[in-house]
Amino acid sequence: MSLPSDGASPAPALRVSNLRKTYDNGVEALKGVSLDVAPGDFYALLGPNGAGKSTLIGIVSSLVNKTSGTVQVFGTDIDGDRDGAMRLLGLVPQEINFNMFEKPLDICVNYAGFYGIPRAQALVRAEEELKRAQLWDKADKMSRTLSGGMKRRLMIARAMMTRPRLLILDEPTAGVDIEIRRGMWQTLKAINAAGTTIILTTHYLEEAESLCRNLAIIDHGRIVEQGPMRALLAKLDVEGFLFDIDGSLPAQLPQIEGATLIAADDHTLDMDMPRAMDLNRVFAAFEAAGIRVRSMRTKSNRLEELFVRLTSKDANASQEQAA
Amino acid sequence: MSDATGNRNLVALGTIVRREVMRILRIWGQTLMPPAITMTLYFLIFGGLIGSRVGEMDGIRYMDFIVPGLVMMAVIQNSYGNISSSFFGAKFGRHIEELLVSPMPNWVILAGYVAGAVLRGVIVGAIVLCVAMLFTKVRVPHPLVTISSVLLGATIFSLAGFVNAVYAKKFDDIAIVPTFILTPLTYLGGVFYSVKLLPDWAEAATHANPIFYMVNAFRYGLLGVSDVSLGVAYALMLGFVVALSAIGLWLLKRGVGMRS
Repeated sequence: MSLPSDGASPAPALRVSNLRKTYDNGVEALKGVSLDVAPGDFYALLGPNGAGKSTLIGIVSSLVNKTSGTVQVFGTDIDGDRDGAMRLLGLVPQEINFNMFEKPLDICVNYAGFYGIPRAQALVRAEEELKRAQLWDKADKMSRTLSGGMKRRLMIARAMMTRPRLLILDEPTAGVDIEIRRGMWQTLKAINAAGTTIILTTHYLEEAESLCRNLAIIDHGRIVEQGPMRALLAKLDVEGFLFDIDGSLPAQLPQIEGATLIAADDHTLDMDMPRAMDLNRVFAAFEAAGIRVRSMRTKSNRLEELFVRLTSKDANASQEQAA
Repeated sequence: MSDATGNRNLVALGTIVRREVMRILRIWGQTLMPPAITMTLYFLIFGGLIGSRVGEMDGIRYMDFIVPGLVMMAVIQNSYGNISSSFFGAKFGRHIEELLVSPMPNWVILAGYVAGAVLRGVIVGAIVLCVAMLFTKVRVPHPLVTISSVLLGATIFSLAGFVNAVYAKKFDDIAIVPTFILTPLTYLGGVFYSVKLLPDWAEAATHANPIFYMVNAFRYGLLGVSDVSLGVAYALMLGFVVALSAIGLWLLKRGVGMRS
């Protein structure tokens, strides 16, 4: 079933409405999740372990049967026209899920074949995608001999074989080193710039902040926050800083009204302060206490701060409800 | 179904079959070699050494009598073993997800795996038949019956192997059915003897064994003799194909053992 196209408002790349999932063991993984992802977006889906992210992705990609609710991919309902919806979708799952005894070239070509792409065309695409993933020199090696980072890149190359309009990546950079991770970011940015909508789940919040324009935070099966990244980060009213100190810290740290100051170690001060607070007041207090600041840096990723607050708030609310 | 969808499904089907055949050839030491060795031993021991003392069975030299049964036994065991290990392996290694997230319909998945398993059964059957030709002169008086009974037998046990693989949770589970059900049914299905030699109750019980009908239909194709009517044998085999296909498609639709 496709939504009527009026030419003015294209169907969302993904529309999830009141999605619920209760597993056979009684665990309620999703409790009425609704979200829209705009075409062309780079969207982050964040949440702690067990929040329901993978269940949501599993339902969208038809690996998990939903209990109720609807899912549409570019206006195509997964119940009304599953095959049509899956044709628009590419999935990079959290766990390695290709045959370790096949070669990367065969994995990519066979995957395209499952989508009905003729072998001759698939071979051309496989060369393009494996080259983009810097795996062309490994195309004929047994895939179990690839490193962890290579296996992750192979899964992205495989998903791109079908030229999906919506690419969903479930923790694609988990367990890979920073150099490979940054290389993967460049690849994902290029894929998104070429017009593919991307939904990304990750535990590296720096990754979400640098790549994504919109996000949803899911916790205990519910969306606790969603919207543009900038608007959500602007909600933060507290900033954190780390100060590297010359010499030793005084026995008594200065009291600064509105700010929380603690010694992280003998030469580092850790401070949380309201965003509106003037930093000159802080430096004046340091000066008065004989503290000489050699350098300062932002304490943590801002998104991480938001994430911790929202998910811990949700956890507290759940505990209160339970009590 | 539009032409474009039909073409896509054909490409998908061809991809699964090709992948299955490549797997069979890649591990030929496990898939093609063992049945050739086992059946050579059967022909040597049962056909040559013991068979020469048995004399005739149903008016046919014992060596000739066991050829159809041994070929069918190899076809059945290899079709079953191929799909159960390949499909369960795909579940275990999670690459079944490649198929489940794809737009191909369930019947293509089932048909692809079954076609791959039938091909292995037929290849192994051909190898065993070639081995048999070293020991006896093989004639094929009814080629259509020979080919159709092999294909139907292989299809039935491929579908049965698929059902087994869907429900299997560990590798042991795909070994239980061949060991405790398939092998006894095969040996008691008239591979090595004519059912007329059995006491009445055992002969009646043998008629409840589906392998008995496959072996006899195939024996008719190769030797022109059978313990059962061909019509009954084909009706039963086609019935099994339809029933097991329906079960396989239902399991895929429900996602049993595949989708949570």
